[in-house]
Amino acid sequence: MTARNRPLSPHLQIYRPQLTSLLSITHRATGIALVAGAFLLVWWIVALVRGPESFALFQHFIASFLGRLLLFGWTWALFYHLANGIRHLSWDAGWGYDLESTYASGWFVLAASIVLTLVAWSVGYVMLGGQ
Amino acid sequence: MMSAMRTPLGRVRGLGSAKGGVEHWWMQRLTAVALVPLTLWFVYAMVSLTGADHASVVNWFARPRNAVLMILLVIATFHHGQLGLQVVIEDYVHSERTKLAAILVVKFAAVLLAAGSIFGIVRIAFGVIG
Repeated sequence: MTARNRPLSPHLQIYRPQLTSLLSITHRATGIALVAGAFLLVWWIVALVRGPESFALFQHFIASFLGRLLLFGWTWALFYHLANGIRHLSWDAGWGYDLESTYASGWFVLAASIVLTLVAWSVGYVMLGGQ
Repeated sequence: MMSAMRTPLGRVRGLGSAKGGVEHWWMQRLTAVALVPLTLWFVYAMVSLTGADHASVVNWFARPRNAVLMILLVIATFHHGQLGLQVVIEDYVHSERTKLAAILVVKFAAVLLAAGSIFGIVRIAFGVIG
């Protein structure tokens, strides 16, 4: 193959965004966000070890507007990364490579991540008695 | 067939120029598969613990199944997370020195946080708290 005929990677500044490329970069972005979210998991465990006072402080933060906003974002990021991760695993298994399936699974992942986030939060609010 | 310059031994080992072979790729998938049920269980558990006080959450951890699954979740999460961050760093950080330093920080931090979390989970499960 001559140098002139080699395939080129998409040049981001002039390449039209499409569902597939946006979902791909979102998978990476949610992955990074979830690593940040893992610190919340560590804080939760540390607060539990330190006792009721530390745990109350943790719960106070989670119940705050900023805490809920972050937790809501992380819930969606988790469901998105989970659903799109399964999409990636099925590609690894050789399934769904054609354009039509790629778009169908992409829209499905997006919808599933939103629906699952709303379901989890609705149940959470029911647990809290609507507070 | 690959280049004839490759020795038969090198071909059998299949480790390529990075000397790592498919290890990184495989562990990323292995932890991903493990995290599918673990994450669903974790979200279910967190939703059902919404608003629970300290004593109730400690009781939840005291159940062996919950403590063990939490430990597995921590291991799979931090392993998967550091593998992913490594790829991000390799893609975007082009200075060899900064890249190596960043990967070391990520790997050490992941092991430290995972070890600390597991120790914490064990303490909560056994009621060694406060």
